[in-house]
Amino acid sequence: MSDGMEMMSNLHPFLPFLIAAILAAFTRGWLRSVIMLAAPVFGGYQVMQAVPGTLVYLQVLDLELTIYRVDELSLLFGYLFHLGAFICILFALHLKDTLQHVAGLLYAGSAIGAVFAGDLFTLFVFWELLGLTSAFLIWASRDERSFHAGLRYLLFQVLSGVLLLGGALWIWFSTGDITFNEIGLDSGASWLIFMAFGIKCGFPLLHNWITDSYPTSTPTGTVFLCAFTTKAAIYAMARGFPGTEILIYIGVFMACYPIFFAVIENDLRKVLAYSMINQLGFMVVGIGIGSALALNGAVGHAFNDVLFKGLLFMSMGAVLYVTGRTKASDLGGLYRSMPITTTLCIIGALTISAFPLFSSFVSKSMVMSALLEEGYWGVWMAMLFASAGVLEHAGIKIPYFAFFAHDAGIKAKEPPVNMLLAMGIAAILCVAIGVYPTMLYSILPYDAPYSPYDMTHVLTQMQLLAFAILGVVFLHRSGRYPDEIPSVNLDAEWFYRRMFPAIFRGVKVVINVSLELLGDAMRITLGYILDKLARHHGPNGILARTWPTGSMALWVMVLLGLYMILYYVK
Amino acid sequence: MQNGNNENLGWADKPVIRQRIRYVLYVVCGLLVVADFIVHRHVYMPLEKIPAFYALYGFAALVGVVVLAKLLRKVVGKDEDYYERRDGNDE
Repeated sequence: MSDGMEMMSNLHPFLPFLIAAILAAFTRGWLRSVIMLAAPVFGGYQVMQAVPGTLVYLQVLDLELTIYRVDELSLLFGYLFHLGAFICILFALHLKDTLQHVAGLLYAGSAIGAVFAGDLFTLFVFWELLGLTSAFLIWASRDERSFHAGLRYLLFQVLSGVLLLGGALWIWFSTGDITFNEIGLDSGASWLIFMAFGIKCGFPLLHNWITDSYPTSTPTGTVFLCAFTTKAAIYAMARGFPGTEILIYIGVFMACYPIFFAVIENDLRKVLAYSMINQLGFMVVGIGIGSALALNGAVGHAFNDVLFKGLLFMSMGAVLYVTGRTKASDLGGLYRSMPITTTLCIIGALTISAFPLFSSFVSKSMVMSALLEEGYWGVWMAMLFASAGVLEHAGIKIPYFAFFAHDAGIKAKEPPVNMLLAMGIAAILCVAIGVYPTMLYSILPYDAPYSPYDMTHVLTQMQLLAFAILGVVFLHRSGRYPDEIPSVNLDAEWFYRRMFPAIFRGVKVVINVSLELLGDAMRITLGYILDKLARHHGPNGILARTWPTGSMALWVMVLLGLYMILYYVK
Repeated sequence: MQNGNNENLGWADKPVIRQRIRYVLYVVCGLLVVADFIVHRHVYMPLEKIPAFYALYGFAALVGVVVLAKLLRKVVGKDEDYYERRDGNDE
């Protein structure tokens, strides 16, 4: 397939990150910074040169793995992940923590490896690497809370991996073909893979690994986490299950359910984690519709989400880094000491709310238009409702409680320059894609011309958003707006953090009691049996008497006789 | 009395500025509703025919979200150390 020069350009995109991670472990200071930034720059350059249709195989025993496959869909995510990796690495550059640097590089590389994987086994390898490497970004907080959260996180990642492996093996045994293309929900194996992808997409009730772990990671770690795992899952879902109708209903639930939690959540990074599931809902709906426009909307929104959600997580990471706090009830008034961060956060907030001229508007409206075109009116109404919810919790709540609200009297200053630069790049891209949507549209994989800036779209979106803000003002001024109070809101994680352990404890008690009762019963029964045995076999027992040899011969004769009769009868 | 404190307040905390921002919002909202009657917008579904449908829906959705969320808080809201506290007891 490839010769000489082409071999160079077909260097596996995981390798630059692997090499940089190894070198970063043994270097420090500016040299490490250069090496780390070089990985996404070099890798990104390679991917820009990649030609759609390229396939690189690796023979492992009898199995031919497609370790590198380039097409329009994988290219889009390839560009995205290199861009995301560059921003994340820049944001984390001031750290001296080797663990986070190495884990971050390997994690970004795994995501890139996953989107270029051409078969299910290669995908599985990178899928597991994604989970494992990112868990270290959670543990890097090095406290008890993050340790437990990281374990729970890893449990979900491994479960997803096991399901994927199970599905892949099943497909391999039944068809012999492990190429990763459209799978569709038509067999047990495909359901396993669907659920594997679904867990990492944040499916309803399987979503708490996101809200549980993201707020416990380090200020920089969460920025990495929000960029890769769920977007790789959206990629996998878009390739494996486009047009699977059930995804529309799963997605609409994902878009609506978290907004209520986001409104009352006090930890602003957890608000963003809920907000992320809400945005994933829009993408999942797009994949479920399955038309070219809807799929472009889904993957285009994934592209934008890495930038604007990354920007919001970075701004909250910067606040956490500078002040040590992320809870709305502890923050406020930072706009005076952190004006640049405030401005950048507001750009992220305007973008996620999908104001015209910001990137989210040009991608989300594709999904919304596709819903109307296909006649899903009920779903469309619900998604519009969710859009207003986004404005409340991500568009207003995040910047308002962190930087405005009541002045918490915190002494703060702007974060290090590398953090500001990373946020600045993301903010510029949010605006640039919003103003020149062709930048994004030209790299979208499917053929569906779309123009976001017609009068209807702009007017209706502005009406929705302006009156939603009016709603906030109304609630605020009439004293109905909920206060931020230190609290924890129970979500589905309660089942595995409280109910299941409680059940296990209950079962343990029942088993212990039963064992005790059983023990008593056995002692009594045993005593009875021993008593009986003693009666028959004891020194005076009936079976302990000496038997005459004659009776033995008699019994043998009886047995032989019976045997003969049976033989002839047969 | 309020004016006396204004010296120490940042621009965004000054009641005058806050009031002006609100007025700008009211004017923008008003203009958007007026525009709804002037501009012909494409209509895909029957509900969209309602004048200023998006404005009404945006306001109602936001108030609805917050009201429902406050109810949700009554059901699921617990003390901040809910999980840690019980975790501690298990050891």
